Amino acid sequence: MATTVHAPQDVHHHDDHSHEHEHHEGNFWTNYVFSQDHKVIAKQFLITGIFWALLGGILSVIFRLQLGFPGMNLEWLKPVLGGWISSDGKLDPEFYLALVTMHGTIMVFFVLTAGLSGTFSNFLIPLQIGARDMASGFMNMLSYWFFFLSSVIMFTSLFLSTGPAGGGWTVYPPLSALPQAIQGSGLGMTLWLVAMALFIVSTLLGGINYITTIINMRTRGMSFTRMPLTIWAFFFTAIIGLLSFPVLFSAALLLIFDRSFGTSFYLSDIYIAGEALSNVGGSPILFQHLFWFLGHPEVYIVLLPALGLSSEIIATNSRKPIFGYKAMIGSMLFIAILSFVVWAHHMFVTGMNPFLGSIFMLLTLIIAVPSAVKIFNYVTTLWRGNIRFTPGMLFSIGLVSFFLTGGITGIFLGNSAIDIQLHDTYFVVAHFHLVMGSASFFGMMAGVYHWFPKMFGRMMDNKLGYIHFWITFIGVYLVFFPMHYIGIAGFPRRYYSFTNFETFSGFTDLNMLVSIAAILTLAAQFIFLFNFFYSIFRGRLAPANPWNSTTLEWTTPRNPQHGNWPGEIPAVYRWPYDYSKPGAKDDFIPQNIPYSETPESNFPNENEMIKLETSNGNAIVVDSGKH
Amino acid sequence: MMSSIVVLGVVLVVAILYLIFRVSSLVSVAKGQKEDRVGSSNGVHATLFIVFMITSLTAFFWYSYTHFDSYNLPVASEHGQRTDTLFWITMAVTVIAFTIISIIMFVFLYKYQHQEGRKATFLPDNHYLELAWTIIPAIVLAVLIFTGLRTWNDITAPASKEAEVIELVAQQFAWTARYPGKDNVLGGYNFKLIDAVNEFGLDLSDNKTYDDFKALELHLPAGREVLLKIRAKDVLHSVFLPHFRVKMDAVPGMPTQFKFIATKTTQEMRDETGNQAFNYEMACTEICGKGHFSMRFPVVVDSPEDYERWKLSQEAWLKQNPDYMKNVPAGLKESAMIKAGLPVEAGVTVQATAVGSN
Repeated sequence: MATTVHAPQDVHHHDDHSHEHEHHEGNFWTNYVFSQDHKVIAKQFLITGIFWALLGGILSVIFRLQLGFPGMNLEWLKPVLGGWISSDGKLDPEFYLALVTMHGTIMVFFVLTAGLSGTFSNFLIPLQIGARDMASGFMNMLSYWFFFLSSVIMFTSLFLSTGPAGGGWTVYPPLSALPQAIQGSGLGMTLWLVAMALFIVSTLLGGINYITTIINMRTRGMSFTRMPLTIWAFFFTAIIGLLSFPVLFSAALLLIFDRSFGTSFYLSDIYIAGEALSNVGGSPILFQHLFWFLGHPEVYIVLLPALGLSSEIIATNSRKPIFGYKAMIGSMLFIAILSFVVWAHHMFVTGMNPFLGSIFMLLTLIIAVPSAVKIFNYVTTLWRGNIRFTPGMLFSIGLVSFFLTGGITGIFLGNSAIDIQLHDTYFVVAHFHLVMGSASFFGMMAGVYHWFPKMFGRMMDNKLGYIHFWITFIGVYLVFFPMHYIGIAGFPRRYYSFTNFETFSGFTDLNMLVSIAAILTLAAQFIFLFNFFYSIFRGRLAPANPWNSTTLEWTTPRNPQHGNWPGEIPAVYRWPYDYSKPGAKDDFIPQNIPYSETPESNFPNENEMIKLETSNGNAIVVDSGKH
Repeated sequence: MMSSIVVLGVVLVVAILYLIFRVSSLVSVAKGQKEDRVGSSNGVHATLFIVFMITSLTAFFWYSYTHFDSYNLPVASEHGQRTDTLFWITMAVTVIAFTIISIIMFVFLYKYQHQEGRKATFLPDNHYLELAWTIIPAIVLAVLIFTGLRTWNDITAPASKEAEVIELVAQQFAWTARYPGKDNVLGGYNFKLIDAVNEFGLDLSDNKTYDDFKALELHLPAGREVLLKIRAKDVLHSVFLPHFRVKMDAVPGMPTQFKFIATKTTQEMRDETGNQAFNYEMACTEICGKGHFSMRFPVVVDSPEDYERWKLSQEAWLKQNPDYMKNVPAGLKESAMIKAGLPVEAGVTVQATAVGSN
């Protein structure tokens, strides 16, 4: 068969400075495709995540066109969307719902869970705790490839003639269970469920690895209280994911049974398409409980890593220790625990027992306290700092701003009495897009800008980063802030158009503004894309520690190979936030510098630790020699 | 032709932008590595944050003030006035907190921007400060929780026995209302009895159903407690009466309910808003398929007298669909005809022919 034999093209681009990676173990496939190296897997997650983010963004712009310019002729989209554009140039209402559904699914799961947590947990955990790799490189690799498979299936569902799933990203049955109810509940929904099942497998494989690695593989001296907040955030995130994703898995499984095998877990008393179905005894509310048992922790699965990344970046660029390190950990722990007992605040008006509503309202508003503590701590970290506005820092500040603006509206929605009116209106859309969507997205962007030098050994262009930030920051506010007004006026979400109601006939101006801002914001992301891919190949070479940061990843070579450190793994002697320590020569002391080397800046209790340093250090060096 | 020009234009603009980028990065390479730890634009960002803060807060307060009437829906129910009060109290508390924290944050960003030679203050923690801002939000939230809880409990408390019971039935993509008729009791139903005509699935062996009537508008009496009994036939829907601050899902297989008191008749609301074309409306707020956005149901609030008059003018469902007399058990036919308002003689003949044919 093979008539043409490709000679192995061993083209080494001998870039001026890239002689560091001299020895290549393994071949192209094991190095870049089925790699077990956590850094490569992180990059795989990142690039897949970027692909999904772009797609999710484009989907949102399509439905924003419909909402902002209801009469617009969308004929020009016909080459892409085909039959979903009617003969008179209108978007199909059912496809509109599919767009909304897929936008939500993609952004929540594929971008902000896999793209954010998958990227940075993988990349930073071994590098920041001082480990050669993840506990199980193989499982880590499987985690990515399950995600990849899940992505392929979800992506395929976009091209079905009946369309992808269209019952909202929460896929409430009976709508999602009955193909008679909406086209998207046919094959599209089946693929959605299969993709999500694989996605959950991926998340669990990753999460087990993160937890094991953090507990077992810290370098010597890296006690829990010396871990950077990023690691704490990834740790809690992985635990939350491990405990909550299986519940979504079972919810999905029961839905599969209802759809394909005639069970009645979620279905009862249904008359549709001219016939009464035989299902009795099921409860659609059961699905909502199961879904939100994951769905609410999911908010923190998305948010905590972003908060962890920004804690690190804000401390570094304020040249100050993060204020209240232990309070930050405590808040995250408290949030992680509470995140499991607030789920039913999504269900105040589902007909659930009102007493349950009272309990969940109480628990929900309690969670605002640790969230508020985190904001105060961020702001105090800025106080009397010496702030450098790197692109990473700008995006972290954006995160804090969104977290504040979006978080505060949670106090309305968590109050069941107020939620009666606001539930399922644009107020909710504004709330969660700011506090969860945009804040986490900004955390992810901050992380990319900040750790890009470590990922690719080169710097991204700062100026393009600044332009990207300012357009996106202002754009996001212009998109989501007006939605509060639209929501207070009662406009329900997931409406294809507002022409049928007198009550909802206003705000065409604001809706247009939102849509224009959304288009500009999406356009600005191409600046990032260019900057990202251009800098991978042509960016300025990164110095070893470009941000003068204290954590361990900056002690590795510019392009760390498999195993991360060429020699011994550095030991850790201090916490990660010794910035601007009084008396110190420089305004940062890396974690691997022993107190014995910094007598000028040590506090009294730290001087006492010098003795322990040498004795302890030696003892463990002997120990690690056994490996 | 037009589109190729557009494509060409876009390509040109992108190419120019790329060239500018290349030139500027080459220039910066030619200038050599800078020794400074921060770029020259550091101060620009600090200033931009202040500009952003002033502009956005001004826009926020200006729009909120000048456009108040366009986003504040007039309220027309008793509990709605209470939840609105709660809403605006929460708004006051949060806007104050939001404004203060935002200003502090952006001012810090400006004030503590990088200055060569200055060293940041090493401040790892301060327990009093942290304790203060844990306890203060906790107290404020506790107050909000308890006022909210009291309101929620009152709203969800059982309806009184005198409440006017109305059934709302949701289906893709329409609402129907069923009123209990003269006996003031809704008759039984079963989803298996639903067909094209018997859209409620009325159980005609239950003598409470005979005087029930269907309405294609939701009529409510002003000043009287109304208990909405809500159910869905196919998928989830949600009853949303924006002016009455009422929302409750319609769930297949699990009837739900919501009680409230409408305070203003449609005419009163027309006078209040100065809009004689004003109408109350009901919408669906749970995604239910293609026509989700079009599930409008007209709502009319009458004065109690008008409401009673309107009810009397309505025909029982059974009267409109006398064919369904055949589903009424023989022993109940006469009372069914009386309750439904069908002429009894006709009914008797129906019965007689039925007997005769047997």
